[in-house]
Amino acid sequence: MNKNNGMMILGIDVGGTHTDAVLIENFMIKKKSKVLTNEKDLLDSLWKVTNSILKEENPKMLKKVVLSTTISTNAIVQGKTDRVGMILVNGPGLPPSLLRINEDCHFISGYVNHRGIEITGIDRDSVSRIGEYFKGDGIDHCGIVGKFSTRNPCQEIDIEGIINAHVRHISLGHRISGHLNFTRRISTTFLNEAIREIYSNFLNQVSNLMHLRDISAPVYILKADGGTFDIIPSGEFPVQTILSGPAASIMGILSMVPGKEDAIALDIGGTTTDIAVFAEGVPLLEALGITISEHKTLIRGLRIKSLGVGGDSRIRCENGKTIIGPEREGPAAAFGGPSPTPTDAMIIIGLTSIGDKLRAKEAFLQIARDMHCSVEEAAKAIFEQTCGMIVSAVLAEIETINNKPVYTIHEILEGRKLKPTILYVVGGPARPMSSRLGELIGCPVHIPEHAEVANAIGAALARTTAEITIFADTEQGIVTVGEEGERIHISPGFTRKDAIKIGKEKLREKAIKMGARDEDLEMDVTEDQEFNIVRGFSTTGKNIRIKVQIKPGLVASLRNGV
Amino acid sequence: MLKKKKKTGLIFFPAFDWAISPTHPEREERLLYTQDQIFEEGLLDFDNIIEFKPGIAAIDDVRRVHICVPDVKSVITESHLISAGGAITAAEKVMKGEVDNAFALVRPPGHHAMLVVHGARGFCNVNIEAIMIEYIRNHYGPKRVAIVDTDCHHGDGTQDIYWNDPNTLFISVHQDGRTLYPGTGFTNEFGGPNALGTTVNIPLPPRTSDEGFLYILDHVILPILSEFKPDLLINSAGQDNHYSDPLTDMSFSAQGYALLNDRLSPHIAVLEGGYSIEKALPYVNVGIILAMAGLDYSHVREPDYAPLTIRQSGEISRYIEKEAAEIYTLWKQRDLMREELIGNAEYIKRKKPIYYDTDGIREQQEETVSICRDCGGLVTIDSIADTGNSIFAVIIPGQSCSVCRAKGEEIYASTDKDVYNYVYFQDRDRDIFLVK
Repeated sequence: MNKNNGMMILGIDVGGTHTDAVLIENFMIKKKSKVLTNEKDLLDSLWKVTNSILKEENPKMLKKVVLSTTISTNAIVQGKTDRVGMILVNGPGLPPSLLRINEDCHFISGYVNHRGIEITGIDRDSVSRIGEYFKGDGIDHCGIVGKFSTRNPCQEIDIEGIINAHVRHISLGHRISGHLNFTRRISTTFLNEAIREIYSNFLNQVSNLMHLRDISAPVYILKADGGTFDIIPSGEFPVQTILSGPAASIMGILSMVPGKEDAIALDIGGTTTDIAVFAEGVPLLEALGITISEHKTLIRGLRIKSLGVGGDSRIRCENGKTIIGPEREGPAAAFGGPSPTPTDAMIIIGLTSIGDKLRAKEAFLQIARDMHCSVEEAAKAIFEQTCGMIVSAVLAEIETINNKPVYTIHEILEGRKLKPTILYVVGGPARPMSSRLGELIGCPVHIPEHAEVANAIGAALARTTAEITIFADTEQGIVTVGEEGERIHISPGFTRKDAIKIGKEKLREKAIKMGARDEDLEMDVTEDQEFNIVRGFSTTGKNIRIKVQIKPGLVASLRNGV
Repeated sequence: MLKKKKKTGLIFFPAFDWAISPTHPEREERLLYTQDQIFEEGLLDFDNIIEFKPGIAAIDDVRRVHICVPDVKSVITESHLISAGGAITAAEKVMKGEVDNAFALVRPPGHHAMLVVHGARGFCNVNIEAIMIEYIRNHYGPKRVAIVDTDCHHGDGTQDIYWNDPNTLFISVHQDGRTLYPGTGFTNEFGGPNALGTTVNIPLPPRTSDEGFLYILDHVILPILSEFKPDLLINSAGQDNHYSDPLTDMSFSAQGYALLNDRLSPHIAVLEGGYSIEKALPYVNVGIILAMAGLDYSHVREPDYAPLTIRQSGEISRYIEKEAAEIYTLWKQRDLMREELIGNAEYIKRKKPIYYDTDGIREQQEETVSICRDCGGLVTIDSIADTGNSIFAVIIPGQSCSVCRAKGEEIYASTDKDVYNYVYFQDRDRDIFLVK
């Protein structure tokens, strides 16, 4: 018997079209609910779906609420962002012209090198002047980013100390990610500040709503990597919540399927098809970070390839070629939409019996004429083309993953290749398309139960994820905890094992702060490298690089097969 | 600085699990900080910089270039096949038009590896540029190729391999051989009798700085290249001319390297030496990548860069100006010199002792090249090493005439294999390698 008996988890995904909620009790779906999303007022959608699903339920029985929302994504995509003053310690390398992310970028002198050694100090006077300028110009938000600040955050922290008095809130580059990539660190830090205000307001409203609905259980927010964090710490890192919707669906699929095999997960929607890949049952993450609206970021996110083709994609003929997507002009013609779509094709050839078949056929007349064939043949061809597009994207994705550059002889010779043995499909057209997709890819297909609310289930069952980067330099006698901005003195005898130990301790502290539970602290070491530091011809120290993470996965009790 | 962007392929293979020994300059972390700098600058996020995974060179690719004694597997490790494979991948991407140029940032290096390989010398086992070039010729047809070797050490291996090839121009710029390993690369080393002038050596005095290198580039290298008109230009991009390199004594900088690469505009650059792993390589490599991609490199400099303190003396400048004029005159007179050198000879022999410093092997070699007006000539090599191996090799160097080929086949057939441990036959045009 599980100790959580009788306790419930509420999972909500506020998506672009629908807002879905599931109530999970003893890891069984107790209830599901779906409402249309009110783009202008996400809170309204949240309120409706919560009321609907909690009707006749005792909110005191909720163990937690997990929310996935498009608030951050929308703010960025729609440009509803605040002005952010950026202070960049760029040092030698790329010219400022290639680093300037907005009009409020200020470059100051100073440099920390690749080993985290401070080579040139910062110019404190110019920082003060910039601070005064920010204040005078009404800039409330500030991002501070230094090159190699993940190796030594001291300059960022110093600048923060000077600028603090002049602005309302500051984001520091090294806190966002432990990965190297100055340009991405700049854009990520910028975005974090740019959406902070709108996100904080939303959080306040969510808290009020929970209060009104008598919910006292902790509230978690879903991140792009398919992990959760507590609503309060989430306020410092709103940028982590971008693109959590697709991650929610993938985590949902993960929760509904058995096995630890290499797999492909497809979420076929109206406009797009999301492709994710599981390696031995674990969803793959982006190597560096996700991209949103042209911004390449350092946000850890599930590796999801989004293809501009879905059930409602517009079909048109151009120069004798049929083009499917990437636009969606409305629902399928069979549901009163303006143009023929793959869904209509599937209705015509009898793969599904939804909608008005006559209207679908009517919409296909012109295409059939352009293709010089019957409506049925045209529908068959469109169906094949749609499946073909998805399959080639899937195969290309696997090819890309398998051709990822590696930097050791061992990996070149022994590198593991991904070989998916099962295909999971969710989304509207999952049923009519899945068997053909499986045939083309050459592996068995599985459509999980409750696929239509996979996103909300994914949110409900995701565990807290986190990552820590450790960089030790025994010649300098310092270990740096990247994301935490900590610098700790170490003895010359410090080893890789010590570094891993520190990494795990710090990861534990961080995850607990983010709301993780003890049983969910399943850690693994994702980077483990040690190099000599040589002066002349003798070794004078070690350069140790460790990354530990709690990888995306499901809350413990579920994994244990309750 | 507004330039035309180019699509640049990057083959980055730092071989983090390979070293000659833990404290040897050619060790695991040689490209570690370069990786850090490339990652931190976010160079791989540029749309016009594309990273490719290196391929693995085949044994046949090595045998097309080298006579490995006793065989390829005995003188290399997997790392060498990946390093050469990385260079081949760079070439493939350029030849197929996927990119405008490519940089094989790979290790271990190769430019000290000569035609015959008894072991490792100058940290090199096999010549990765030559393996790449012969791969290109084998897959894409005959090509006029120019190699500009900007490593601080004389590229004696590449020189040896292409000594008799009139279709491969080899120009080496390096620290004067009287002051640095391998002690060769003087201006009178000018190519074999059928290929005189397609080997050009430019020894520079210690402490030559940016202006000296760029002077040589503008006054010798670029003029010769414009006359040679190569189909393909390759830069052996050693980085040990840097002022902070621990093994050499030059004063070149990251800015200088980037400028040189920009003006030279090679189709393919291949990393060679360079052992200032913290202070030079990160900046030099970022500079070269930006220059190749047509991006602004003007802010790439070493944190401790102080151009005035490392600037070459006026004496050095004058020496270099004089040398440049002499070398260019020599090049202009190459055809005349050739006639004088050949006279009525039917073949020309050269004897050379070769020392494999990395493996501690000594070799005595006699190379015979037949005089030919139609091709690079038939080459035979008689070599004995103190490993006990004694070999004879017949080389048909490529783009060879039928007379030289027939003669070579006859010599191979008639050579008594009992006199040597091994007798080899290498025909680059037909891609034939035989051993008996």
